[in-house]
Amino acid sequence: MTAFIVRRILASVVVLFGVSIVVFLTLKFIPGDAAYVLAGPNATAQEIELVRQSLGLDQPVPVQYITWLGRALRGDLGRSIELHEPVLALVLSRYGNTLILAASAMAFASITGVLAGALAALRLHTVVDRVVMLVALTANSTPSFWLGLALILVFSLGLHLLPSSGMVSARGDGGGVDFLQHLVLPSVTLGAISAALIARMTRSSLLEVLTQEYVLVARAKGLRERLLVRRHALKNALLPVLTVMGLQMGSLLGGAVITETIFTWPGIGLQLYRGIALRDVPLVQGAALVVATSFVAINLVVDLLYSYLDPRIRYS
Amino acid sequence: MRDRLLRDGGAIGGVCVVGVIAAVSILAPVLSPYDPDAVDAAIRLAAIGSPAHLLGTDDLGRDILSRLLWGGRVSLVVGLAPVAIALLVGVSLGAISGYTRGVVDGIIMRCLDVLLAFPAYLLAIAIVSALGAGLSNAILAIALVSTASFARLVRGSVLSVRERDFVQAARLLGARDSRIVWAHVLPNVLSPVIVFATLEAGRTIIFAAGLSFLGLGAQPPTAEWGAMLSQGRGLLNIAPHVASLPGVAILLVSLGLNLFGDALRDATDPRANR
Repeated sequence: MTAFIVRRILASVVVLFGVSIVVFLTLKFIPGDAAYVLAGPNATAQEIELVRQSLGLDQPVPVQYITWLGRALRGDLGRSIELHEPVLALVLSRYGNTLILAASAMAFASITGVLAGALAALRLHTVVDRVVMLVALTANSTPSFWLGLALILVFSLGLHLLPSSGMVSARGDGGGVDFLQHLVLPSVTLGAISAALIARMTRSSLLEVLTQEYVLVARAKGLRERLLVRRHALKNALLPVLTVMGLQMGSLLGGAVITETIFTWPGIGLQLYRGIALRDVPLVQGAALVVATSFVAINLVVDLLYSYLDPRIRYS
Repeated sequence: MRDRLLRDGGAIGGVCVVGVIAAVSILAPVLSPYDPDAVDAAIRLAAIGSPAHLLGTDDLGRDILSRLLWGGRVSLVVGLAPVAIALLVGVSLGAISGYTRGVVDGIIMRCLDVLLAFPAYLLAIAIVSALGAGLSNAILAIALVSTASFARLVRGSVLSVRERDFVQAARLLGARDSRIVWAHVLPNVLSPVIVFATLEAGRTIIFAAGLSFLGLGAQPPTAEWGAMLSQGRGLLNIAPHVASLPGVAILLVSLGLNLFGDALRDATDPRANR
């Protein structure tokens, strides 16, 4: 097990190294001169050149990358061109909000998906099964940005039940209830596709488990169906579903860009989007690096957890 | 497999929906009642069922039905072209990687690991930001994201097929590696690839519309479903149809592709639970 963990961690470090190269190079190609932007439109050519030298932009690209990487490992991701504040502090201040949104979306997706999938499996080939699967397929085919707008139209503009933007009300008390009300629509928007995936996975996995010999033996011995499902079948069926849930958590972090833009949720996704619009390269680099690193870390944790739960994996 | 597909209502329904939408989009020059870019401030935000505008108009007075028809051409191309590119490049990379093994396989796999280490939207946004917003760059970005998934899938299948007896026999008979891959290995991995391509098409249609929604794909005044949705966002309380209708179009195409893809997967998988 230790050897497996070490191998996976080393592989993740190699991948992170590649990620940093991709982030650096991709944003290096953004048109425009960062030195010119920082020096200001009234700067002379000499002043712009001085700024370029101070930023190390006159160095060859590999040297720039190594300098940037060294600073990044020490926690220095530069300063935002637009906001003039340290990028890491800006990104981390928003990261918590994105984690809250992603975790909430995951909770919604997991509970809804597992319940729906289990219901469909236990009512196989009935109307309930077909309706659940059709809803799951429709949710999987629905663009999240359209779903978000539809939810705003119905629940905010139509029924006036839930707010449509922000994390807390401008005139509210900013308390727990107010916060939770703001969390509902973004969480459902972000988690809907994952819920559909989890529902289908749960149904498929539970159906496979229910045909296993130990389940047939338990039935033959007279064990009640409800007890059989809850105590034996569901636990084993959820193993592959847990992997999907874990991987979906990473996707939720990346997919939060659109949801945060729609609901003006003050997370890292919205910050990334605004940074791109304003050509704030250090901010975009920092945000992209933090999100990608989180994605790799989550996948690593999921892999290790799955290998702990299923010993066959670590030997493959 | 063909008989199972023909008996599957979902498959037939999916093909019909996608077929109809593709057909009306292709025939947009004939079917469209107006120029999709024709602006008329006098008829801004006309409701659905208006006398001269069946699906209403947007905030610039442009006919929504016309923009949906013309937008379908753009949305379908931007959604499906990346799949075609990713299929070609991904299958090639995956076949080379899975068949040759060794150092080549290692290098390709590590590069794919890096691409797959990014959430899809993040990578596409970063690429489009670097290259500039626009349809061709959006196609390139989505194709890159999809290629990694195709390559991974094909590599896994090729690793299994290359050890089969008929491949060993071809090697012993002196066939070149390129011929073995082309004539023997690839035909036996195409089934899961075609299923994946169909399901991936449903995803990339949404993905492409999402990039346009963020302003990184189609640029004004180009009619494209994602861009139309974004333009309608600020009009939800006064003219919800402006944003709703393009969303319905995206949903229908994606649903149709997913229905067909699911049916295809069930038809090719002997262990599929029905």
